[in-house]
Amino acid sequence: MSGLVRLLTPLAAFPGASVPHVLSPTGGSCTIDGVTGQITGLCTAKGSISLPINYAALVPIFVLFGGALLLLLLSATLPRKSYASPWPSLPGLWASLTSLAGVGTVVDGLVQWHDVGAASVVPITLGDQLFYDHMSAFFTIMFGAATVLGALMSDGYLVREGLDGPEPYVLMLSASTGAVLMAQAAGLITLFIGLEILSISLYAMTAYHRRRAASGEAGLKYFVLGSFASAIFIYGAALIYGATGSTQYLGIITFLISNAVVHNGVLLAGMGLVIVGLAFKVAAVPFHFWSPDVYQGAPTPFVGYMAAVAKAGGFAGLLRVLMLALPTQTSNWRPIIWGLAVASVVFGSVLALAQSDLKRLLAYSSVSQAGYVLIGLQPGTPGGVTAVCFYLFTYTFMVIGTFAIVGVLQGRGEARNDLSSVRGLAARSPWLAAGLLVLLLGQAGIPLTSGFLGKWVVIAAAIDKGQYALGLVGMLGAAIAAFFYLRVALLMFMPAEPTTATVEAEVPAMAYAGSDLQSVATAGLTGRDTVLVLRAPPTSRLRVPGPTAAVVALCVVFTIFAGVSTPLLSLSHAIALPWYF
Amino acid sequence: MGFPILDVLILLPLGAALGMAALPRRTADATARRLAVGAALLELAFAIWMTVAFKAGPAHAGFQFTSRQSWIGPLGISWYVGVDGISVFLVAVTALLFPVAMASPRVERSARSYLGWMLLLEAACMTTFLSLDAFLFFVAFEVTLVPGYFLIVGGEGPRRGYAASKFFLYTFAGSAFLFVGILATNLLVAAHHVPGTNGSFDIISLARGATHLPLADQELLLAAFGTAFAVKMPLVPFHTWMPDAYTQAPTGGSMVLAGILFKLGAYGILRWGIFLFPRAAVDLAPVALTLAVIGIIWGSVVAAVQKDLKRLVAYGTVAGVGFIVVGLFGFTVQGITGGIVEMVNHGLSTGALFLVVGMVWERRRTFEFSELGGLQVNAPILGWVFIVVILSDIGLPGLNGFVGEFLVLLGTFITHRWWAVVATSGVVLAAVYLLWAYQRVFHGPARAINAGVRDMTWAERAAVAPLLAGIVFIGVYPQPLLSRIQPAVDHLVAHIEQADPNFHIPASGVGHANYAVPADQVVPVVSFSGTGGGGK
Repeated sequence: MSGLVRLLTPLAAFPGASVPHVLSPTGGSCTIDGVTGQITGLCTAKGSISLPINYAALVPIFVLFGGALLLLLLSATLPRKSYASPWPSLPGLWASLTSLAGVGTVVDGLVQWHDVGAASVVPITLGDQLFYDHMSAFFTIMFGAATVLGALMSDGYLVREGLDGPEPYVLMLSASTGAVLMAQAAGLITLFIGLEILSISLYAMTAYHRRRAASGEAGLKYFVLGSFASAIFIYGAALIYGATGSTQYLGIITFLISNAVVHNGVLLAGMGLVIVGLAFKVAAVPFHFWSPDVYQGAPTPFVGYMAAVAKAGGFAGLLRVLMLALPTQTSNWRPIIWGLAVASVVFGSVLALAQSDLKRLLAYSSVSQAGYVLIGLQPGTPGGVTAVCFYLFTYTFMVIGTFAIVGVLQGRGEARNDLSSVRGLAARSPWLAAGLLVLLLGQAGIPLTSGFLGKWVVIAAAIDKGQYALGLVGMLGAAIAAFFYLRVALLMFMPAEPTTATVEAEVPAMAYAGSDLQSVATAGLTGRDTVLVLRAPPTSRLRVPGPTAAVVALCVVFTIFAGVSTPLLSLSHAIALPWYF
Repeated sequence: MGFPILDVLILLPLGAALGMAALPRRTADATARRLAVGAALLELAFAIWMTVAFKAGPAHAGFQFTSRQSWIGPLGISWYVGVDGISVFLVAVTALLFPVAMASPRVERSARSYLGWMLLLEAACMTTFLSLDAFLFFVAFEVTLVPGYFLIVGGEGPRRGYAASKFFLYTFAGSAFLFVGILATNLLVAAHHVPGTNGSFDIISLARGATHLPLADQELLLAAFGTAFAVKMPLVPFHTWMPDAYTQAPTGGSMVLAGILFKLGAYGILRWGIFLFPRAAVDLAPVALTLAVIGIIWGSVVAAVQKDLKRLVAYGTVAGVGFIVVGLFGFTVQGITGGIVEMVNHGLSTGALFLVVGMVWERRRTFEFSELGGLQVNAPILGWVFIVVILSDIGLPGLNGFVGEFLVLLGTFITHRWWAVVATSGVVLAAVYLLWAYQRVFHGPARAINAGVRDMTWAERAAVAPLLAGIVFIGVYPQPLLSRIQPAVDHLVAHIEQADPNFHIPASGVGHANYAVPADQVVPVVSFSGTGGGGK
């Protein structure tokens, strides 16, 4: 049981945890646990109720959710000349405000990062509900960056699709709020609230493309399955509460350390259900079935945002729950994570091979990417925490950049989603093709990209724990995955082919032939009918909206930068250093 | 520390590759080619300078021109490059082959992207040969796949997409073992706290630590490393990607794939396999030797029955690899020296052979023996070049192949007699399939369609001349090579003998070629730490 003793000691060494300096126990009938900083009873100072609140921890939530409310307020009060914007001459208003909130979150995350090292800072606050530590700051930066990138790349898409307006940005900001809350949560209830805020916003975002049936269908599917997963999660939380008497991570671990649990069936069931709920969010096999349909149907930039944020939020929750609340159960959850990891890497990669739809392919690829994060989580070591955080941060940029490019490629109405839409890209837009090449190679884990370094640290964490088989499976899975990333990369350099499509048209409308239709084969002779058209491959340069181009450039630069330099890795290491056991 | 020549050797082609990508879209192919070849020639000049400045003799067995920068500190990874007798001529032959491959053959598709990928490949190969950090080595080893893939895809063959994917996937899957192996070695060494190790990926630290691991661990790790390198070389059961890749790639691509890229595997097994795990290498040598000997016989036999000239040459390289591995796993100074010389030779000969085969293709648009024949009449110089190159490959005394094969067979005969005996038959078999190929392509009645074939142009002669010069020079006067290679090999053999108390070269002294190793050099593995700027 020496491990448990080890675990207790640093808890007591929480700076400020032993004596919350905001209040004194003398004023009222309250006691403060010297180990966990848990307060029981009502603490009063001079007759008033006072709880130790570190408001700095709340700033990102204020900024993001305040931004969402501000957007709603503006859209409700400003006179609207058009649906999209109060000032049509000022494009990108909503996206700018959203990315401003995102930038604010990033800046606040950086401030937090420097702040949390100080000894006087309480690492757990708001009545033990929120953590205020390196990990929460790291994820805050990540989610802020994802918000900035997501908003910027959505602008061009929404304008093109005629969907511009404040609502999607409100949803995006509230989704980010939920994600930040998940990373900060110090208990299962707060985690659940964050999870729900995130998920419900994402359901709405998925269904946001009003004119595409696939979008609504995907939204409904995501909603039904997602609510089911949420229910499973909260049932698991309830069982854990039943087994340990607390929903707070520190309460759970305190109970598990100080009590020998003889019959741990309820606890294990709760743990299993919580893992299932979160595994659904991160789309790990076998809880991934929603993801291809949702990725295919949802508006493309939102998919990029969702792939990054929902995954990172889910993993932040898993990290905290498994490593903070349930480290005594390591021998029980490690096999589960092992199975999820292997299944995700193998099935994700293999199923991606069979896809002909670009977004479905990327959905399966993100399933296999979740598998790599699970490989890093599986050993349950500080090195694994570093690896998971680093991997998620780099993946955020790779996946957002990829979907930004896909959103441009598919054209108006998401018309061209199949793999052949990337054909001829290298000839049409060489820079865009180069960007996509870097991002794909990054996801494949080719050296000199952040994806390679991510796989390196993740598998190093596994091997450090003697998990050679897991590491080998991961790398062989990477070889399979490389195949489909390369297939896309190769198509970019292939000449484009004419595509066939059936369209509804006035049949004696040979005027079509003037545009991009090479030949028209008619099925009938008069009136409106379905005609089979052969479209000449597009050869003109793709028009990439400025903000989207900026997103792609940023993602590509970051993917290379984080792959050949140390700063991000050092940050990730700092998360693991004060890890709580 | 003087001029950072090795960093320049890596960064120059890398910068040139990026420059190719940044060239304006409308740049003429000829301009792009001039720029790229110019960069490669500058690289060659630097490489020659480095080879000449490289200090020979027993006092200079360590790494020279080393350069070290902290890179990814938290993981113990540094930018650490250096060159010793094992790698110096591989660097030189790389620098020689690339400009030839870029200058000579015509490229059907976009010349600019072809040249850019070639330069990137050159940078990656240089890094692989020069790297003394396992992480850096792995990075470079993997990065070679990307340009390799795009070079094959840019080829002329009808199945190039298939061949390129097969090449990439085979080697990438093989590298999975290397990836896990490197990480495991590093972490196990760190866990054992061997004195003199620092938990980094530095080859010296790894080698010190790895020799202290339990033998079973060492064998598993060597098997992991060996799998990756065996796929890359390729050794026999892992070779099926190779004939497709070599035949589908364009001429220049085949030249560097066969001439340089597969040497990465052979070099890797020596530098990162035998050096890190000498005891395991001695134990597993029979496996490696058996595979190599099977490769020699099988590659030669399959080459002999090919109907296609390029496929014949491709299968011939399987036999060539076999000779190299036979030499390396003999663990004698002659054997390993011979193996290294064979790597250099093979780079020159195979490079030249693919170049000449490419010239045949440019004239006749076919590799089929049934379509060729009687070319000697109209293209006598092409025929003569071809015969010189194949004689070098066969091992005719006076040409480079003889030096390498002789040392290999001699060295391995001392320790692993029967494998060497069987391998010797490969020399005969090589003569069979290569001379027969020559006969079918250049002799016989000239068919009408072959009558109009023109001889080598002056540009083609200029391209092949440096390779022929190398072939003859090494054959006639190998001493400059041997004197630079041997000190490092002496060290390596001493390292093996020291690590494995049961391993002795029979008939003391024979394994140590011309001179005895000074006592202060033999003793501890630690003496490898004297890596700064060429020893004393």
